[in-house]
Amino acid sequence: MRATKSWIAEYADLPAGLSAWQLADALVSVGLEVEQVEAIGGDVSGPVVIGRVVDFVEEPQKNGKTIRWCHVDVGPEHAPKSPPAPLVKGGEVPELRPSRLADARTSGSAEGPGAYWPRGVICGALNFAPGDHVVVALPGATLPGPFPIGSRKTYGHVSDGMICAEDELGLGDDHAGIIVLGEVDDEGNPWTIGAPALEAMGVSDDVLDMPVTPDMGHCLSVRGLAREASQALHVAYRDVIAHATPAPSQGGHPVVLESEACPLFVALTVEGFDPAAESPAWMKQRLSACGMRSISLSVDISNYVMLETGQPNHCYDADTLQGAIVVRQAKPGERITTLDDVVRTLDEADLVITDDRGPIGIAGVMGGEDTELRDTTTRIVIEAANFDPVSIARTSRRHKLGSEASRRFERSVDPGAAYGAARRVADLLIELGGGRLAAETVAGEVPAMPVQTIDAGLPERILGMPVAADRVVEILTASGVEVARDGDTLTLTPPSWRADLVDPYDYVEEVGIKVGYEHLPSVVPAAPVGRGYTTEQKLRRAIGRALAASGFVEVLTFPWASAADADALGLDADDPRRRTVALTNPLAETAPLLRTTILPGLFGAVARNASRGADDLALFEAGRVFFASETGEAAPLPSVDGRPSDEELEAIERAIPWQPRNLAAVLTGAWMPAGWQGAATLASWTQAIAFAEIAAAVVGVRLERRSAQQAPWHPGRCAELVVGEEVIGYAGELHPSVVKAFDLPTRTAAVEIDLDLLVSLFDGAGVLTPVSSQPVAKEDIALIVDESVPVADLQEAVVAGGGELLESVRLFDIYRGAPVPEGKKSVAFALRLRASDRTLTDADAAGVREASVAVAVERFGAELRA
Amino acid sequence: MSGPNDNYDPKQVAALSAESLDAIVADALAAFSAASSSAALKEARLAHAGEKSPIALANREIGALPPAARKDAGQRMGAARGRINAALAERQAAVEAAELEQALASEAVDVTLPVALAPQGAIHPITGLIDLMSDVFVAMGWEIAEGPEAEAEWLNFDALNISADHPARGESDTLFVASADGEGDSHVVMRTHTSPVQIRSLLDRELPVYVVCPGKVYRADEFDATHVPVFHQIEGLCVDKGITMAHLKGTLDHLAKEMFGDIRTRFRPNYFPFTEPSAEYDLECFVCHGASVGNPDAPCKTCRSEGWIEWGGCGVVNPRVLKAAGVDSSEYSGFAFGMGIERTLMFRNNAEDMRDMVEGDVRFARMLKGEAR
Repeated sequence: MRATKSWIAEYADLPAGLSAWQLADALVSVGLEVEQVEAIGGDVSGPVVIGRVVDFVEEPQKNGKTIRWCHVDVGPEHAPKSPPAPLVKGGEVPELRPSRLADARTSGSAEGPGAYWPRGVICGALNFAPGDHVVVALPGATLPGPFPIGSRKTYGHVSDGMICAEDELGLGDDHAGIIVLGEVDDEGNPWTIGAPALEAMGVSDDVLDMPVTPDMGHCLSVRGLAREASQALHVAYRDVIAHATPAPSQGGHPVVLESEACPLFVALTVEGFDPAAESPAWMKQRLSACGMRSISLSVDISNYVMLETGQPNHCYDADTLQGAIVVRQAKPGERITTLDDVVRTLDEADLVITDDRGPIGIAGVMGGEDTELRDTTTRIVIEAANFDPVSIARTSRRHKLGSEASRRFERSVDPGAAYGAARRVADLLIELGGGRLAAETVAGEVPAMPVQTIDAGLPERILGMPVAADRVVEILTASGVEVARDGDTLTLTPPSWRADLVDPYDYVEEVGIKVGYEHLPSVVPAAPVGRGYTTEQKLRRAIGRALAASGFVEVLTFPWASAADADALGLDADDPRRRTVALTNPLAETAPLLRTTILPGLFGAVARNASRGADDLALFEAGRVFFASETGEAAPLPSVDGRPSDEELEAIERAIPWQPRNLAAVLTGAWMPAGWQGAATLASWTQAIAFAEIAAAVVGVRLERRSAQQAPWHPGRCAELVVGEEVIGYAGELHPSVVKAFDLPTRTAAVEIDLDLLVSLFDGAGVLTPVSSQPVAKEDIALIVDESVPVADLQEAVVAGGGELLESVRLFDIYRGAPVPEGKKSVAFALRLRASDRTLTDADAAGVREASVAVAVERFGAELRA
Repeated sequence: MSGPNDNYDPKQVAALSAESLDAIVADALAAFSAASSSAALKEARLAHAGEKSPIALANREIGALPPAARKDAGQRMGAARGRINAALAERQAAVEAAELEQALASEAVDVTLPVALAPQGAIHPITGLIDLMSDVFVAMGWEIAEGPEAEAEWLNFDALNISADHPARGESDTLFVASADGEGDSHVVMRTHTSPVQIRSLLDRELPVYVVCPGKVYRADEFDATHVPVFHQIEGLCVDKGITMAHLKGTLDHLAKEMFGDIRTRFRPNYFPFTEPSAEYDLECFVCHGASVGNPDAPCKTCRSEGWIEWGGCGVVNPRVLKAAGVDSSEYSGFAFGMGIERTLMFRNNAEDMRDMVEGDVRFARMLKGEAR
């Protein structure tokens, strides 16, 4: 809602000297948001003055345009020192006579006392005549843009200023011609030539721009803003709605109400209106300041009254109405051509205004073409009605058709304002366009407001600051609420413009706002003993920190996905990661799904970093992935009148997608770049696995690995990551075709694990056993096995054979080549042996060694290397 | 070699004379001080204190002296050897010290060389800030609640008193999850705020409830410097007996102090369907501290010359919300609040462009320092 300070001041006695910002503060304190305060003409500086066109000559140009070379009187103060170039008419050069002041003040430059020269100005507009008063921007002025005005040579003359159009001054968007002022100003006084134009025209004003929340429908009008401002500033208020709603009558155009969604419909008939009458400048300026275009007098009045009263209204050409106006639900298939020239097919749920021919308007949203005013209309029927907010909101959304009217009806319009607003329209039509109020119809009546009973102590109890019962009564009364007090029980009836006052807490808020939240004390509530973070929360946080400390950088990517991603990843047709969830209104048609894997998002982050020159990357993300629910059923929408049943809550859980948290990383380039200590360590499948190892270590579980074939990984370089019986994810080098499809650097490595699953495998804090102080014995063994034997399995055999005395096993070498036969490898382990209670003998050590080798021989045919 | 000798040999006696011993000692001392390395000193030691050194040879002559002369000569010899050994020890220490010093000097390294054990990793600043804000509440005894991001419409809207006709439920604001067969409504949306976790908390937990819920939220917004379609909020909910709007103010003032230090705050009335009364929680502008208000000569871009910056929305939990979650509003009352993590990061750490927070540039993540890391 945009409104000017001067308009608000018409209905609220704003204190003298109150700035627009102070007014904004007052409105903010009662719950409005003021987005902007603009000064009209605030962007205009320097000399912009009232001028009078002395004479001009039209000069056609080669480009087909005709310009006017004008002499403009801008007053003695701004007069040039020498006369302007003459106006040559038909080869004759008329004598240039100086302007002269009536009071014969002396001018230094022209002949004789009180005389001075006009200025020469080039003007492209043709809508003025000699003697007209205009607005002239003189050299040194700056117009909005910023557009500095200087003296400049153009079309063969020196143009010593500019005659302004509305848009050039920032007063509107009219550029049809320059501003031609009336004979006299708004107060009937003659113009003072050379006076500052914006002040003389009375257009200096401030515009407040305020987004209005859904509960503040009463502030979508100058009327409501003035009321709130007067209450906030404790000044007098005058209601623009000067008439109470009369009893129903059908004195004017017949109106029949057939729907409960329209409780009240006022139709006033004005006759003898002059369709040629024009809107006055003040009205155009206010409309323009409030963001509306001037169309014609009748349309302008309709809009003006809507802005002023908040009551949308509509003017019909009475002669085009066929029979009674009937307000009813639309019939299936009915059509209407709305004022925006679109043919719309109506829905049964739409509320329509009809006459004998069918719909002539979509109620509360937009009128129809058939009955709109023409430039010959002299009989007007003014509609001001009240409609159900929900019905209007639905229709507006159904037809994707929003209007100033629907915006207001959606937020509730004061039913008590309909008649008064219609009368205001009629008064202005008659005042500015002639005619008379011929007849009036009032169908329906102002609906009763809902009565609420509250305890007078409720505001204090909920706000947490002292508000005595008397104060509650005083505040609510000032807000227009009818208060009946019985001890501490208050029976409340809100005024017709406050549809937002329904529940007891609505009144608590009204009291809180009017007392002022700045008076609230600041009290920290004492929460009961909490359990702190859950184990899962602690572990997830610790995993992130451990990965960051190990060199991985966390990123957050969007979870959008596409079927093309799944193809590029090489997922099989039955891969569970194809069980995606789709959005009905995705932000991009190319990514209409929710992700089932984090990897493509990370690939995108790799590409963005690479495009900015970062090639050595180890990126990770922890986030939810989404899988379609098993059942495919829709979520229920239980009643809000109480806790849903357990069945309903279970149905909700079944319907929402399964959305576990995954943890994934992608590695490219160098893990550690080449430096003074040596060559680069390239990022590879090993860091991808190490990533999973770090996460598993935080949880304290043992991660086992198996060679696996899983998209999108390289079939020979992919590890299945296993904890106990659970596969928690995969790690390794990406498949070359995936690398190609996502345009990644060669040998990019990646890992993705089910973070929720991993964290759930935490099985307690671990047991601290006594540490042996006995000496360690060391044994090395080298085993020759087939190339295909996984080292982890061989090591497990060694461990299994080693028994209790084997403290640890460490792989320290893998050797291939002579004398190890082709197709085999020699795997060397360092064994540390220790007893808890004694020093080991050579025989003990030899026993462990032999037992280890024996299991390796048994399981893998290993041969002990001499 | 001379054995015990009864015959007095004047030559041999001369070798043990005071003059002679002094000369031997002087030679030794000169040789020691001339030795400037351990190797040279070793040579000098062998030559002047070794088995065949003049002093050792002289010492042997003592046995040849008549018993009467031995005592005297023995004393002189002892003193001479003492002087030699002391000089040797002193020189040895000096040479070793000098050599150590030299060795250390030659082993000096450039301690400014880069020494990273691993590449520079980082958690995302949003994650860091979420943890930091969560810590503030956990320290007050609150708990951290979580909920799904693809959420039932009932929990995201209806239960929060956002009726079916509320504009926020349109496709221009909310991302809707398609139904399984693509026909009809799934009644599942990408949660537009963390508020559905309020309802989940009230449904799942015993009263009283003191929880915050940080997490991702989704809007059908275009992606630019100040809007991202996916961002993060932290939601707070307190439902207990006797809870008031003053408790809300106390809680938020504490959070503001922890996040920004001493700063002026205010409640500005606003409207949210799920709270009544509702307010925006504003912070005094960090940049102009209000000096730009009504002062066109010194406009402030940060607060648009309003003097205040909106941090988040809050209010007293609407009894209709409590009712939908099965909580008796005649016995319990509560407050709720929600603020954007990205916004908080902008205020707290001067982040300017929302795009930096979601594009995954490693340079952005690595910048955050201190407790939020």
